[in-house]
Amino acid sequence: MRLSIYRYDPDRDAAPRMQDYQVALEPSDRMLLDALVRLKEQDDSVSFRRSCREGVCGSDAMNINGKNGLACITKLAELPDHVTLRPLPGLPVIRDLIVDMTQFFRQYESIKPYLINDTAPPERERLQSPEEREHLNGLYECILCACCSTACPSFWWNPDKFVGPAGLLQAYRFIADTRDQATSERLDSLEDPYRLFRCHSIMNCVDACPKGLNPTHAIGKIKEMMVRRSV
Amino acid sequence: MAVTIRKFDAIVVGAGGSGLRAALELARANLRVAVLTKVFPTRSHTVAAQGGIAAPLANSSEDNWHWHMYDTVKGSDYLGDQDAIEYMCRRANEVVVELEHMGMPFDRLDNGKIYQRPFGGHTQEYGSAKMAMRACAAADRTGHAMLHTLYQQNLRASTQFFVEWMALDLIRDPQDGAVLGVTALEMETGEVSIFQAKATLFATGGSGRMFFSSTNAFINTGDGLGMSARAGIPLEDMEFYQFHPTGVYGAGVLITEGVRGEGGYLLNKDGERFMERYAPNAKDLASRDVVSRAMTTEIKEGRGCGKDADHVLLKLDHLGPEVINLRLPGIREISIKFANTDPIREPIPVVPTAHYQMGGIPANFMGHVVAPEGASAESTVPGFYAAGECACVSVHGGNRLGCNSLLDLLVFGKSSGEQMIRDIGSLPKPHRNLPKEAGERSFARLARLDGASSGERVADVLTDLRRTMQAHCGVFRFPEMLIEGVAKVKQIAERAGRTYIADKSKVFNTARVEALELDNLVEAALATIVSAEARKESRGAQSRADFPDRDDGKWMKHTLWYKEGNRLDYKPVHLKPMSVDSFQPKVRTY
Ligand SMILES: Cc1cc2nc3c(=O)[nH]c(=O)nc-3n(C[C@H](O)[C@H](O)[C@H](O)COP(=O)(O)OP(=O)(O)OC[C@H]3O[C@@H](n4cnc5c(N)ncnc54)[C@H](O)[C@@H]3O)c2cc1C
Ligand code: SF4
Ligand code: SF4
Ligand code: FES
Repeated sequence: MRLSIYRYDPDRDAAPRMQDYQVALEPSDRMLLDALVRLKEQDDSVSFRRSCREGVCGSDAMNINGKNGLACITKLAELPDHVTLRPLPGLPVIRDLIVDMTQFFRQYESIKPYLINDTAPPERERLQSPEEREHLNGLYECILCACCSTACPSFWWNPDKFVGPAGLLQAYRFIADTRDQATSERLDSLEDPYRLFRCHSIMNCVDACPKGLNPTHAIGKIKEMMVRRSV
Repeated sequence: MAVTIRKFDAIVVGAGGSGLRAALELARANLRVAVLTKVFPTRSHTVAAQGGIAAPLANSSEDNWHWHMYDTVKGSDYLGDQDAIEYMCRRANEVVVELEHMGMPFDRLDNGKIYQRPFGGHTQEYGSAKMAMRACAAADRTGHAMLHTLYQQNLRASTQFFVEWMALDLIRDPQDGAVLGVTALEMETGEVSIFQAKATLFATGGSGRMFFSSTNAFINTGDGLGMSARAGIPLEDMEFYQFHPTGVYGAGVLITEGVRGEGGYLLNKDGERFMERYAPNAKDLASRDVVSRAMTTEIKEGRGCGKDADHVLLKLDHLGPEVINLRLPGIREISIKFANTDPIREPIPVVPTAHYQMGGIPANFMGHVVAPEGASAESTVPGFYAAGECACVSVHGGNRLGCNSLLDLLVFGKSSGEQMIRDIGSLPKPHRNLPKEAGERSFARLARLDGASSGERVADVLTDLRRTMQAHCGVFRFPEMLIEGVAKVKQIAERAGRTYIADKSKVFNTARVEALELDNLVEAALATIVSAEARKESRGAQSRADFPDRDDGKWMKHTLWYKEGNRLDYKPVHLKPMSVDSFQPKVRTY
């Protein structure tokens, strides 16, 4: 197959460039990540992150023929013979397909992504009904890959001010948890022209999420709660 | 070489479940802690754990820590240390409930309590045919849910992380062998620093990449083992490597035992539920070593499935779409992606796949690393701690029970954190001086790689290592194959000393990282195959064609492998628990 890859090594290159490769695949190569590993045997300077190779760790998000996704669960059979790979859009590039995710994680941290419940814990588990637990489905599974936020125009323009879909999905994950007691504090911190309200429901994030999660829906829920508490 | 020295009270190498649990304890005690990790914390391989975490909460079936302890001792094929096992099982409910309080999104029962499912080897009443419901689960994403929860709590506790920093080597005091810290490479810049600490915890995870077909992530290269071995610390019981019965055929990705816990079962090409023949009581929920051997036997005797008759089938469509979508959604996703099979309609093709390292850095249940010294078989190495899959405590002995690893991470992550706090409190305020030669081993390794203009390709050496281990040290082990395998792995280890990388960049040089990882993986593999060749019996995951039985008279002992000269030593198993009577070795059937 033919791979065109965005190359940039600040140690050597004055500017980024695209480099073309012909990669000979083995029959056992099924996913795009297999092809990249094969390519790295050919040219060990091609740089990308990877770990779990099964779509759960969130390491190998990249822009694949113009669409964000995880290389390890992108089937070669479903790709054309010529594939163009670029780093996730909008984040500073460290090298080749490796981006600096500091901004992305800073926004995640800004929503206080941890359960807040300061009452003395009971001897045993806190109780939660299966129905209440069900509300966390579609939220807690996020792997922090950043495919969504780096597909979101609002995040591109304001990565320092707009929380972005991944962070907002997690904000709602804690709001939706019946064990969490900080709902109003969480809503307060999003009551701001940028942090939440820069989302214009363009739905790019939903399209981009390789785990089939729906940040727009969660954002809608938060907006609804804002409206409800203001009346 | 100018090198930055960074001083901390404690350093934790590894941000998987065990490292994060320890870090939380240390950060809450307001110590100066640095957590180093090769990958962003939530990308550690704990994220891939699926089925559950064991605790006798008794939410769905009668259960207690005595039964859990019995199952663990029996599962270990009597090689586990019974004091450590008692310690783990007695603290299980505490650490799991604590995890729930931290926000872990466990599945729930109708009464609001944590959902628990049956798992292989979990029984009631000391091995009766009644299964215990002991595996606490968040669907089939328990590890993901747990790792994220622990990371989130560390954010709350303001733990200091050094993300994408790779520890390279231990620094020891030449006087008494005390560990004084590590050298580490910052991937983004290529800079090397010395991290100096009064207490150093290794929580670096497993070494599953040494096998060709593995459920493990690319980063599971046994770094903690390699660093320890190079610094003269032995590795314990490395021959006991667990093959999980159900890896996706051709891909290696895991299908949790939870599938069988929910009622799935294995079929051979005749459509026979063959586990009924091998384990009449527990059937498909027998211990992993037992099921993996049964599958391998079926395939060897010509009852495998597919055109090459080289795998078996895992059937679960009879569970119905509701159960599959609610309890096993991740499995369905994996199966569709990696096996082109929707388990709601068809069975999943599976084969035994390398999964978990029972052995590791010898440690006790307070996290202290222990090694023979003078007359003592278990003298503590001052300043050095290990927990999680890289450690051998040894609670898993010859074979780990499903869900006991996540438990081990929490119990021993916590206990080593507690012990480090106590030990640091009793030490003088200033750090010990670093020896003059601190860091030299790492500088030499890096200088060799940077200087080499030709040599062995890392990918070639790695592939040969993985193929050799797979062929020579698998589910069934044969004497000639083992002897030949030892010779081959020794040769491969030499080649690993002559690797060459074309990429000499300072910036995020992943070729360099892979070369450094290979140095570690070859130590882990040598330890595994040398120890396996020497152990002339079958026990747990070690199954030898020439010695098919367990031999308690000669081999009820732990192996210790030393890098220097590939030397082996042995030490006794702790047969005496802390408070209850010993479980005496019996013939192990399920
Ligand atoms: C697919 C799969 C499913 C599993 N399911 C279950 C289950 O359901 N129940 C169960 O009990 N067990 C399960 N296990 C086993 C269990 O998940 C692992 O044993 C456990 O998660 C290991 O945790 P750890 O903290 O020891 O290491 P890991 O989570 O592997 O973390 C290792 C950490 O060390 C860091 N590290 C390594 N080397 C270096 C270095 N040189 N420098 C800096 N950092 C370094 C890494 O970055 C990482 O942060 C499963 C395992 C697999 C592979
Ligand atoms: S829906 Fe909102 S968050 Fe999602 S891409 Fe559009 S603007 Fe961004
Ligand atoms: S919501 Fe989806 S795309 Fe966004 S970070 Fe989470 S898993 Fe990735
Ligand atoms: S390698 Fe982990 S998500 Fe792709």
